[in-house]
Amino acid sequence: MTDFLSDAAWEALSNQAVAAAGVVYFLAMIAHLVEVSAGRRVAQPATATGAGAAAAPGAGAVAVATGGDVDGGTDRADVVRREALFGRLGVLLTVIAALVHLVSLVARGLAADPDRVPWGNMYEFTLAGTFVVAALYLGLLRRYRLAWMAPIVVGVVLSLLMVAVIWLYAPIAPLTEALYSPWLVIHVVSAIIATGAFTLGGISSLLYLLKSREGGSTSRGYLARVPAPVDLDRLSYKLHAFGFPVWTFAVLITGPIWAHQAWSSYWSWDPKEVWAFITWVVYAAYLHARATAGWRGRNAAYLALLGLATLWFNFIGINFFSSTSQHSYAAPESAVVVLLPALPSAVEVA
Amino acid sequence: MVVRPPPRRSGELTLRELARWTWRQLTSMRTALVLLLLLALAAIPGSVIPQEGVDSLKTQQWQDDHPALTPVYERLGLFNVYSSPWFAAIYLLLLVSLVGCFVPRIVVYAKAVRAQPPDTPRRLDRLPDHASYRTDLPAAEVLARAEVALSRHRVRTLEEEGGGSVSAERGYLREAGNLLFHVSVLVVLVGFAIGSLFGYRAGAIVIVGNGMANTLTQYDEFDPGTLFEPEQLDDFVVDVEDFDVRWITEGPAQGQARGFVSRIAYAETGAEPSEYDLRVNHPLSIGDTTLFLIGHGYAPVITVRDGNGDVAYSGPTIFLPEDQTFQSIGVVKANGARPTQIGLEGWFYPTYAFTDETGPFSVFGDLKNPAISMQVYAGDLGLESGAPQSVYALDKSGAELVTEPDGSMFRVDLAEGDTVQLPDDLGSVTFERVERWNKIEISQTPGKRIALAGVVLALVGLLGSLFIRPRRAWVRAREDAEGTLVEVAVLDRAGGDDVSAVLEELEAALQGRDREEQQT
Repeated sequence: MTDFLSDAAWEALSNQAVAAAGVVYFLAMIAHLVEVSAGRRVAQPATATGAGAAAAPGAGAVAVATGGDVDGGTDRADVVRREALFGRLGVLLTVIAALVHLVSLVARGLAADPDRVPWGNMYEFTLAGTFVVAALYLGLLRRYRLAWMAPIVVGVVLSLLMVAVIWLYAPIAPLTEALYSPWLVIHVVSAIIATGAFTLGGISSLLYLLKSREGGSTSRGYLARVPAPVDLDRLSYKLHAFGFPVWTFAVLITGPIWAHQAWSSYWSWDPKEVWAFITWVVYAAYLHARATAGWRGRNAAYLALLGLATLWFNFIGINFFSSTSQHSYAAPESAVVVLLPALPSAVEVA
Repeated sequence: MVVRPPPRRSGELTLRELARWTWRQLTSMRTALVLLLLLALAAIPGSVIPQEGVDSLKTQQWQDDHPALTPVYERLGLFNVYSSPWFAAIYLLLLVSLVGCFVPRIVVYAKAVRAQPPDTPRRLDRLPDHASYRTDLPAAEVLARAEVALSRHRVRTLEEEGGGSVSAERGYLREAGNLLFHVSVLVVLVGFAIGSLFGYRAGAIVIVGNGMANTLTQYDEFDPGTLFEPEQLDDFVVDVEDFDVRWITEGPAQGQARGFVSRIAYAETGAEPSEYDLRVNHPLSIGDTTLFLIGHGYAPVITVRDGNGDVAYSGPTIFLPEDQTFQSIGVVKANGARPTQIGLEGWFYPTYAFTDETGPFSVFGDLKNPAISMQVYAGDLGLESGAPQSVYALDKSGAELVTEPDGSMFRVDLAEGDTVQLPDDLGSVTFERVERWNKIEISQTPGKRIALAGVVLALVGLLGSLFIRPRRAWVRAREDAEGTLVEVAVLDRAGGDDVSAVLEELEAALQGRDREEQQT
């Protein structure tokens, strides 16, 4: 591949693509925000007419939409058309951004010598993870009618990308010895996919909590677009039910197999392993909670968010705070981590 | 005489009732949930506090740094969280709860699997997902169609007044998957337990060019399971013939090493020797034993001549690397030296460099400019007392630091091939050449296949329990004066799933239409 472009050129291309993807995600987010605010004007009149238009003039935007009472019908149709237009525009921009995002990932892999999968350190893992979040969202958009999720997903992806670029960026380096293994592809890909699914599931659970807090009262603003709590709960369950077996595969099957090959012990209570296990246990509790009286609904949703918190802490926190983790390959002292022996406790009897 | 039982106050439980109540509580899903969360919570300290079983050196350092906390933590088992009684208590309770939960469920399931679908409810319109329509078809025809449409279900046809009904059920394997998952968790734990009871981990440092036999005495580190028996050791010998490493000289990973390969010759007793390239991620299996390359370093060959001119010590000496540059620390104990024993303690630098600010340091891990810099101790090295001593530490309590005759600092600073005379006619030290060592981990992990099979089965069960939808469907057809009234209902038994599409499809099939047709 290096015949086509030099490694340095691939790296530059990757960096530019990340920046470009960030810009397009930002535009997508703007489009979705316009869509939401347009929708707000539609949702508002229903309540405004009931409460009396006299209360409305305070809010300028509302006044514009409701003011033309003479032919409110065409106004509303106009707004609906605009809403749909910006919604479609947002999705289109997200698709473009995700494609550019993919380019940045591929280029990152090709920039390394030898070429490799683009998830060798935290920067690359975040790049790959956010891509999976965006791709999963786009893939499930129609099937699960996720349009309401658009501004949040795009916002989350954009913020994580910014975190990656600002704080996690690391120049391309060859992988630590232990990472040269087919399991790098299988183990990490499954972990990333599960992370993506759990993240989307967590967003659903969070919205479920917000939406159900409102109770039966009419939703306003963004929440008006969000599906009913029962649908959110079902969606959240579906995403978690997909993520959980994938996480099991990543953490309890491929992880131990690889650990056994690389570190001689398939489970050694390494901090990363411990937290992956904690995440697994919390999500197992979530799945049980959905089938337990008194835990269904709110408590289950809280468990889903707790699971998501442990997942992210494991990814970011452990790499930064734990020096004992054999997974801390993102740190510069990587080479020694695997091949430096612990001080032998050998004794010699005279 | 009549013995009356003592009167019971309300709320009072007999022992048996109390036991049953406790059992019910323990095996309830709510308790299982709480125990699961407790397990997650209990696992946290082990990821924050260094664990003896994971990194004993780090644990030792932590304990030295926190003298006040250490006894408290020790008492709480916080340095061995995962083998502590309180951690065990949680997972054992969880296990009991799990067994108590699924054993009765197996019995229930065994009955349910053989059972016929239940009677059709009298009022299908009370179910959340139901539909009804009128048709000219005779009831028998509708029911026949229903049986075809529900052919992937277990179907039971019931005769009723004026027609009949079909009761159908599917998704029996969901509960099977659920039970398989929970049984598999036990299998995993059995495999894990076998590994930690009967397995062992050992480490051996072997100078490249030398070999070792697989016996306990050859191990430098040894961590056996509780029920380990020395007879378990496989009989074989291993020679480390050659070791290759590639140093990265440019780019962001500069100074790091890659491509570690240890060329191994090994032979089981009585068998032909074989060759193997031992690398990271490519362990070698001999019998039940697995060998891993987990470390490497340098062993300078140092010769010590004593005051009488006799060779008191000579050979490759293992130095332990301290960082990426392979600046390594080591000790020489020439206890055969006469008139006084000589001890050396200090550093080896594979690529020696010196500045006034930093003192001596190593620039690079490769052997570009090897040098040793050691301090000399003369006197009793404490080896005759019989007390065990680490080969990597010098007992300086009976020995004195050797200085220049004028009292100024004396160091043995040698490049490869050089010799230095020690002050006070103690003798001389020669740095002959550098050899390499490999650290090989040798371990047996019995039960690993059981554990793996357990997780794989658990995953299969999990997929079944999450994605098989258990459903019941009913079709009732009743003929009256105006034709046939057909009622259809579908129920998702796992709860929460939207079955309106399934209902529509069933209705369409009964009416002899495709679903698409109906929608247009």
